Amino acid sequence: MNLLLLAIIAAAIPAGTSLLLAALGEILTERSGVLNLGIEGIMLTSAVCSFAVAYHSDNLLLGVLTGALVGSVLSFVHAFLTVSLHTDQIVTGLAITIFGTGLSAFLGQRLGPEGGSLVGLTGPSFEKISWPGLTANPDIAAILQQDIMTYTTLLLVPVISIFLTRIQEGLNLRAVGENPRAADALGVNVTKLRYRYTIIGGSLAGLAGAHLSLAYTPGWTEGLTGGRGWIAIALVVFATWNPSRALVGAILFGSINALQFRLQAMGTTISPAFLGMLPYASTIFVLIIITRWESARKRSSAPAALGVPYSRE
Amino acid sequence: MLITLEKRLERPGYLSALVTTVSMIGAFLIGAILLLLLGANPITTYHAMFVGSLGNKGSVIDTLVKATPLMLTTLAVLAAFKMRFWNIGAEGQLAVGAIGASGVALFWAQSLPDPLIIPVMMVAAIAAAAIWGLVPALLKIWGISELLTTLMTNYIAILWVEHLYTGPWKDPKGFGFPGSAQFSDPAWLPYITGRLHIGVVFAVIAAFALWFFLSFTKWGYEVTVIGENPKTARYAGINIHRNILIIMLVSAGLAGLAGMTEVAGIAHRLQKGVTAGYGYQAIMIAWLAKLNPWAALFVSVLFAALLVGGDQLQITAGLPSSVALILQGTILLTVLGGEILTDYKVVIHRRATV
Repeated sequence: MNLLLLAIIAAAIPAGTSLLLAALGEILTERSGVLNLGIEGIMLTSAVCSFAVAYHSDNLLLGVLTGALVGSVLSFVHAFLTVSLHTDQIVTGLAITIFGTGLSAFLGQRLGPEGGSLVGLTGPSFEKISWPGLTANPDIAAILQQDIMTYTTLLLVPVISIFLTRIQEGLNLRAVGENPRAADALGVNVTKLRYRYTIIGGSLAGLAGAHLSLAYTPGWTEGLTGGRGWIAIALVVFATWNPSRALVGAILFGSINALQFRLQAMGTTISPAFLGMLPYASTIFVLIIITRWESARKRSSAPAALGVPYSRE
Repeated sequence: MLITLEKRLERPGYLSALVTTVSMIGAFLIGAILLLLLGANPITTYHAMFVGSLGNKGSVIDTLVKATPLMLTTLAVLAAFKMRFWNIGAEGQLAVGAIGASGVALFWAQSLPDPLIIPVMMVAAIAAAAIWGLVPALLKIWGISELLTTLMTNYIAILWVEHLYTGPWKDPKGFGFPGSAQFSDPAWLPYITGRLHIGVVFAVIAAFALWFFLSFTKWGYEVTVIGENPKTARYAGINIHRNILIIMLVSAGLAGLAGMTEVAGIAHRLQKGVTAGYGYQAIMIAWLAKLNPWAALFVSVLFAALLVGGDQLQITAGLPSSVALILQGTILLTVLGGEILTDYKVVIHRRATV
């Protein structure tokens, strides 16, 4: 049983990487007071563009950078509409997701060799880094040996934590999300920060898409993300807008994913459809737990100005 | 010269319609630029889409057939949005409605008198979807945001439909084809002309009913007040919890009806493609229609034309049909952005007068 647990954790970490990246990005965006529901569409579009660039250039780094770039362009559109034009954040985000879903499907059929399809092609992908002599135990080694994007993502957790609690810009960011009027009065540029962290958040979502198509499930199929963008948004709520709790959540959801495949591989009699429902049902379950827990403590962790446009008038 | 935005002191009635129209034209221009960037000729693309969707009687019928589930799901989410209850789950509710209707057609139709089969399928679809929608509504009353719960129920419902038509409900005589057995004739929705089934009539009746109830009844008034200002609603003694339950029963029920018209009007079996993203497009249509049921019908036809035109594009121009989704998204984003012009006006000053 212990071995099974170790194996699940080993599979949970790479499965959780894209969730963690997207959730960390959304934490930054939402801490500035902007709700970006376009994550799912951004992840899809970035995934297909990253894969296409990596496939044609045979350069993984270029693919990853493309993912971040696509994420920042799409989230710039979200920032422009919601921050500058004061559109409804929920509807705008949904529109970006639908737009991204269509765009990714289109690009997936056009960016292949000679303007053809990308589906089913094999391109370069990130390998797990092996550390010779690290540990004699192969199960522990399986946990420690991950791809470079996963290591970098794990490194981002303390970086963003420190940023939000110790660095002036991070504190300004939180002030903008809690009380933009007060922050403005203190000389913080609300608009600039909201733009900046919506774009940075979107580029992290773009990296999440790149991790899917270049590392976790290398290649492109339509609807590759399978709702991971939405689960990442739920993770932000679960994590109470806190990066280290997002790590816990990502591993938890990664485990559910891993468990699902493990049970399937073990030849369980449970239908694959019901196993497939696990992540979504767990998301609802986790939202119930965290909401009830917060309301029992009579507090809310959500940034107070989340979803509210700001203008000086 | 200096360009500034000034808040409008008065808003003429025609302004909103004018801004929307200009934004839509803008959307097609932006769409044209996107198409150019994607390596497609915008003029031939638009021409092929227009001819394919509205060019002759057959294609108009195709467009209306496609518009039917869009109309019903749009009315579904529109009712909920009126209360600012974010039901993003119409896609899944449509799927569950399809399950309810198919269940009746496949397993109960033999023991029912023929004229009763369609009404029972409708009731089953509406009831199944309403019960499905009740889960996020009850959770909302318990404080859990409906935005994510309704969304998650989509994925669960779609997996459930797939499970049924590839597993227990699969046609044993279907040569391994993933789908249920075909419904018997009395379970088919009657046709008006060609492929156009009477589902579109259901949609128009639903639009009328929704418009009537929202505009002229106490319930509609309560829904509007809750949507505009929940605090006022609470002070006025409106029972918000009860209204959440009612609006979700209505909303999910309408989406469920869309599932019924899809299986009983087009596929005549439960099979792949019953959930084709209508529930998500409905969100965009409802917003573009400014939550007006009548406008929703027209925008549904426009969006259906884009979809049918997109399918034609695949055949005639070899372009992926997803062009339609890209254009739909662009239209909504442009119209959303354009709305600022209904609140503000652009003023151009000569430098000397500033």
